[in-house]
Amino acid sequence: MLASGILTSPAPMHIPDGFLSLAVSLLCWVLAAVGVGLALWRSGKGLGERQVPLMGVLAAFIFAAQMLNFTVAGGTSGHLLGGALAAILLGPWAGILTVTTVVAIQALLFQDGGLLVMGANILNMGVIATLVGYGAYRGVMALARGQRWGTFAGGFVAAWASVVLASVATAVQLIFSGTSPAAVALPAMAGVHVLIGIGEGLITVGALAFVAVVRRDLVEPARVPARGWRWAAVGLVLALAVAALAPLASAYPDGLERVAEDLGFSGAAQDAPYQVIPDYAFPGISNQALATIVAGLVGTLLVAGIAFAVARLRRRAVQGSVISD
Amino acid sequence: MAMDSSSEPLAPGSLIRQSYRCSDVPIGPHRPNHVFPPPSAPCIEIHNLSYAYPDGRPALRDVSLSVQPGEKVALVGPNGAGKSTLLLHLNGILRGQGTVRVMGQEVAEPHLSRVRAQVGLIFQDPDDQLFSPTVFEDVAFGPLYAGLAEDEIQRRVAWALDQVGLEGYAERISHHLSLGEKKRASIASVLSMQPAILALDEPTAGLDPRTCRRLIRLLQELPQAMVAATHDLRLVRQVFPRTIVLDEGRMVADGPTADLLADERLMEAHGLK
Amino acid sequence: MHISSLDAYRPRASLIHALDARVKLVLAVLFIVATALTPEGAWPAYVLLAALVLGVAVASQLGVGFVYRRSALALPFALAAVTVVFSTPGRPLLATQVLGMKLALTGAGLVRFASIVLKSWLSMQMAVVLTGSTPFPALLQAMRSLHLPKILVAVARFTYRYLFVIGDEALRLMRARAARSGASEGRSGGSIFWRARVTGSMAGSLFLRSLERSERIYDAMVARGYDGEVRSLRSPALHPRDLLVAFPFALALAAIQLLARIRW
Repeated sequence: MLASGILTSPAPMHIPDGFLSLAVSLLCWVLAAVGVGLALWRSGKGLGERQVPLMGVLAAFIFAAQMLNFTVAGGTSGHLLGGALAAILLGPWAGILTVTTVVAIQALLFQDGGLLVMGANILNMGVIATLVGYGAYRGVMALARGQRWGTFAGGFVAAWASVVLASVATAVQLIFSGTSPAAVALPAMAGVHVLIGIGEGLITVGALAFVAVVRRDLVEPARVPARGWRWAAVGLVLALAVAALAPLASAYPDGLERVAEDLGFSGAAQDAPYQVIPDYAFPGISNQALATIVAGLVGTLLVAGIAFAVARLRRRAVQGSVISD
Repeated sequence: MAMDSSSEPLAPGSLIRQSYRCSDVPIGPHRPNHVFPPPSAPCIEIHNLSYAYPDGRPALRDVSLSVQPGEKVALVGPNGAGKSTLLLHLNGILRGQGTVRVMGQEVAEPHLSRVRAQVGLIFQDPDDQLFSPTVFEDVAFGPLYAGLAEDEIQRRVAWALDQVGLEGYAERISHHLSLGEKKRASIASVLSMQPAILALDEPTAGLDPRTCRRLIRLLQELPQAMVAATHDLRLVRQVFPRTIVLDEGRMVADGPTADLLADERLMEAHGLK
Repeated sequence: MHISSLDAYRPRASLIHALDARVKLVLAVLFIVATALTPEGAWPAYVLLAALVLGVAVASQLGVGFVYRRSALALPFALAAVTVVFSTPGRPLLATQVLGMKLALTGAGLVRFASIVLKSWLSMQMAVVLTGSTPFPALLQAMRSLHLPKILVAVARFTYRYLFVIGDEALRLMRARAARSGASEGRSGGSIFWRARVTGSMAGSLFLRSLERSERIYDAMVARGYDGEVRSLRSPALHPRDLLVAFPFALALAAIQLLARIRW
């Protein structure tokens, strides 16, 4: 039987309850319902009677596949989210339903992700990641005009884009909820996931390569290439829509710089009951943009560093039980 | 989705495990088409069945056989002989050339749902057969899709679990069961439909000796006609008075188990010893 | 994305375990909504909510330690919110300069951060009690009764059934790989690309096996009369005890909300 406590590095994508405002939660539920509803309608047509057992078992596959890991460096590991892979192998609509089921079960069974905010998690990982991934895949395939490299390049780009865009969407939701300031949330989330996306891309390509050898028919869609452009357009539009929210969110009040400005800093420093001013001032770093980037890097390092440390601790604690089972 | 009315639902308490004496197949040479005409209507009739896989490989070549109600027949042969493939023709999951009749009905479109209610197919891997979260839901699946009333479904589930010795297992979660329990639960999941025929694919595969013995005892007691594809010769000897040998899709022998198993040359020639 | 333990369910002979799954699901969601609605800094309200969920946890006989430990799993995510202490406008408590960046830690920021962490933790506790006291199949059946899309629930049932089966297969693949990897932990040979490809192959092989299994399962379903429609038995009626627990609980939530807004 499964050993308990198998943990890979926790990717900060499953939002727990309490981190999104009610308004943002509800809006995400509505959007997710639209996406899932569409998928329910369209996938029935394609798969017919086999739909339920097929998607159920493949959702279980994605769960299990998320347990597969590979050492990146030292005690950390990369692993799979699976949205793009699901879309490529099952088609976009079945892919949406499959990943949605995975997200729901993760929340309900393992408390990985909250109940009220499940709409947002489903939107990010089930709808956005899947559609963006699929659009990217079909786009690259169309560019490659049927050559072999199209599948693999497409798989990589799809996987990477799906992870990054999903993380940006997550960040946007956190920002609009007031949970995290834009200057930190966006670079931190996107930064970490740009790296995680690479791991996702590599594993996805590996999986596609394997499947292509054994079951060619599953990897090459029998669809008309022209449709590929349409899907690529869908993916691109969605990606742009999500990305466009980012600068909008940056303008949201509570930005780091805004606060410092509003306080008119030297005055604030005097008002503060405690004063800690280590002398770290660098000449020239008063530049606004640079300050933002530095803040972003600090945030990214903070999140990533602690996440890796936690993963390492848990991994050590769990090592024995996995092997000795 | 109505069930064939020729099989009446059995009340739970009233069923006693009957041991049927299986009808003796007349002794004759161990070759197909030398079995004398049976006294009553057969529950399975296969005439000249041939089937090829999608990639063109022949799986069954011109197989003919018939099975009487209550009769227990073992299908033996080396791997790839077509035993499982033959079983899948009994309820129409696979369709080949030739005719297959179950309970007098042809295994083809208008009768398919009735045929499937009469043939309880038990797959080799119980994890494929027990696809619901709880045992209750799996055993209730057949009656539910047959359109039976809720209280009837409840009764059938209790009865079927009782038949296989899994009383009280209704609320158990399928993935927590042992292999032996899963095998018995898969039989229950099919018994609840009250079929006339049980088709089993490798029923004792992977079981330890004790669990094997329990399963053998269960199969001895069940009254349905049985066709079982198996490698387990001890099972064959203890449960099945008649044996059919398949090799490369062809039927090479059909006769009393004791005689066939004693024929060393036959056993070796077809990879059974 | 981590499986921290198998089934969350722990069988006990408690009042909470005996309640109807539909009632528990609705009440748990109401609790989480109420927590989300509670204004920042309304500390007495948070204390009352904590007491409420603690009471439920005790009544469920799951063990307060169990509930607190499992609900703490969400806390690392709190890192995402920690910078809010610097970015919420308000009276500064602490001013510092890091790398030329001027940061002011504000009282309002601390309040907001603490509120977020509390909301999250309390919601998780309720979720842990819900899943700890309700077998997952019952939870799925409850969702179906509450008219969630039946195809999704049906798919979820299969996923629950097979995630351990396929998870076991994945574990076996990983162990086989470990058995063939001579190098010690953390210094595996081969480039990262090679390692990713091996992992990808494992995923691909797992995928094909799952696909084939799904086809056999479909055959097994068809063999027992499946016709593409999703069917299930009706849920039994509610017990008076379910309502006796539900109403006071809902009233308590409403009262806490009122209290939170009037006084603070």
